[in-house]
Amino acid sequence: MSVSPRYSLAVWHRNATMYGRTWKWNILPNFFEPVFYLAAVGVGVGAYIQEMGGMSYLEFLAPGLVCVAAMNGASYEATYNVFVRMTFEKAYDAMLTTPVEPDDVLAGETLWAMTRSAIYGGCFFLILVLVGLAPLPTSLLAIPAMLLTGLLFASIGIAFSLYIETIDLFSFYFTLFLTPLFLFSDVFFPLEERLSPTLQWVAELLPLLHPVRLSRMAFRGDISPGLALWDVTYVLVFSAILLAFARRQAFRRLTS
Amino acid sequence: MTMHVSADSSGPIVETRNLCKRFGERTAVDGLDLRVEPGVCYGLLGPNGAGKTTTLRMVYGVTRPTSGSVHVFGLDIAEHRRDVRARLGVTLQDSVLIEQLSPEDNLRVFGRFHLLAEPELSKRVDELIDFLHLGSHRDAPVKTLSGGFQRRLAIALSLMNRPELLVLDEPTTGLDPAVRLALWASVRELREAGTTVLLTTHYMDEAERLCDVVGIVADGKLIAEGAPRELIDRHLAPETVEFDCSPADEVGLLDGFAAPTHRLRSGNRLIFHLSDAATLVEHIHGRDGEPHRRLVVRPTTLEDLFLSLTGATLEGGA
Repeated sequence: MSVSPRYSLAVWHRNATMYGRTWKWNILPNFFEPVFYLAAVGVGVGAYIQEMGGMSYLEFLAPGLVCVAAMNGASYEATYNVFVRMTFEKAYDAMLTTPVEPDDVLAGETLWAMTRSAIYGGCFFLILVLVGLAPLPTSLLAIPAMLLTGLLFASIGIAFSLYIETIDLFSFYFTLFLTPLFLFSDVFFPLEERLSPTLQWVAELLPLLHPVRLSRMAFRGDISPGLALWDVTYVLVFSAILLAFARRQAFRRLTS
Repeated sequence: MTMHVSADSSGPIVETRNLCKRFGERTAVDGLDLRVEPGVCYGLLGPNGAGKTTTLRMVYGVTRPTSGSVHVFGLDIAEHRRDVRARLGVTLQDSVLIEQLSPEDNLRVFGRFHLLAEPELSKRVDELIDFLHLGSHRDAPVKTLSGGFQRRLAIALSLMNRPELLVLDEPTTGLDPAVRLALWASVRELREAGTTVLLTTHYMDEAERLCDVVGIVADGKLIAEGAPRELIDRHLAPETVEFDCSPADEVGLLDGFAAPTHRLRSGNRLIFHLSDAATLVEHIHGRDGEPHRRLVVRPTTLEDLFLSLTGATLEGGA
């Protein structure tokens, strides 16, 4: 393992500098996207729903959407941006002419995708606090869940980006992977009420389900330790496996 | 961690032994023994696909050799990648600049890859903007700048850490003549300040003007090495006579000319390399009908040497 925190931070810093020049244009859509879902589905559809999972529909929806915002933030960065930096901008080739090593590139990119994820998720969380949908201080525990979402989708996205050869495949990633996750991960309706016990086991495989469940526990202020431990373990182990794969791919692609 | 691992300073700056790299079935570098002495500008010459870029990537420790070894500053690159790269600079063939950022921001970002922090970072950025004359557009996005300006900035990036060894991969490809001249001047200035330079090029005139030593590479092998003039004298001859002549005319025209020459035919064009061009000119004028055919007399160049050594003729055949 030749990862160095200082060189990884230099990689992180490159992306942060770029973002710093364009954040005004980037941050606005971040605010709006989940707000639209909250307004259309939460307020619009929610008006016809008495309660869901023992709470108002808006209350049910809000914690999941924090994770969705974090997932999107990490995913945009870990897919298109990583691929463009690697193949078109030759950014990694440039870094590897300095003491930066492939492991630092991977660590820096993961950290940066998590940062973007935290910016997306954080913006939305702030809105929830302002409109009174995030009960304080209990819902603050959703912030670690948001960071776990960032780690998870940074790992998945980067592993995918380092594996594929053409940029066109990202449309599959978004429409056939992220969209179903978004729709079937306990965000819009409680899986345990709609799925048969067998299907519920299958649903446990879905990555987004775990941070959503953690976030909802935090918002509700009622954490079941066993389930929370399983969810955290899932995210950490799943991320570790994908990062190990990404590390092999990074070595293969950057040092040939 | 940047440990300063010092090594014997009297040895070569770069030394490769029996260096090989295969990509699947294709052999890119095939048993290369390269030695670059301190303070020298060394030019690796060869056609596209000769293995020059792969060789450089193995020298700075990114591409892993299939077999053989690379030592830079006396350090084994396989063990000391970070230490070696902390002491050298590389300008890549492709532009690696961040187009949305200004030259100054590009320099700052790159400085951090070498762990430079304030106030050292700002000081170094200012020095480099000065040295490569980047001051006129230091705050403009790179994408709005000319190709020559971008290349100067790329070279500035590779000088960030005051490298002892500067590696330039095709530094002037695609640039106009004035920009090339200016870049050559910068490289000379660096070399005079003691920087060792290892460059690749397929421009023979660039190698001739810039390099103390050239190595000619074909199919991943070093086929000749030496000072440009000395190489030409050793393998060919200092003077060249070039003229149009059909194969049928050649026999009669050159009959009785005994001085040793190196001859190359490309279609109707005949090229002779010899030590005294005047004797051949006189001989041809003595036998040629009126009007005399037009003879071009010029010094032999590395281009001639390259064609003669690689077996590639101007017709493109082997």
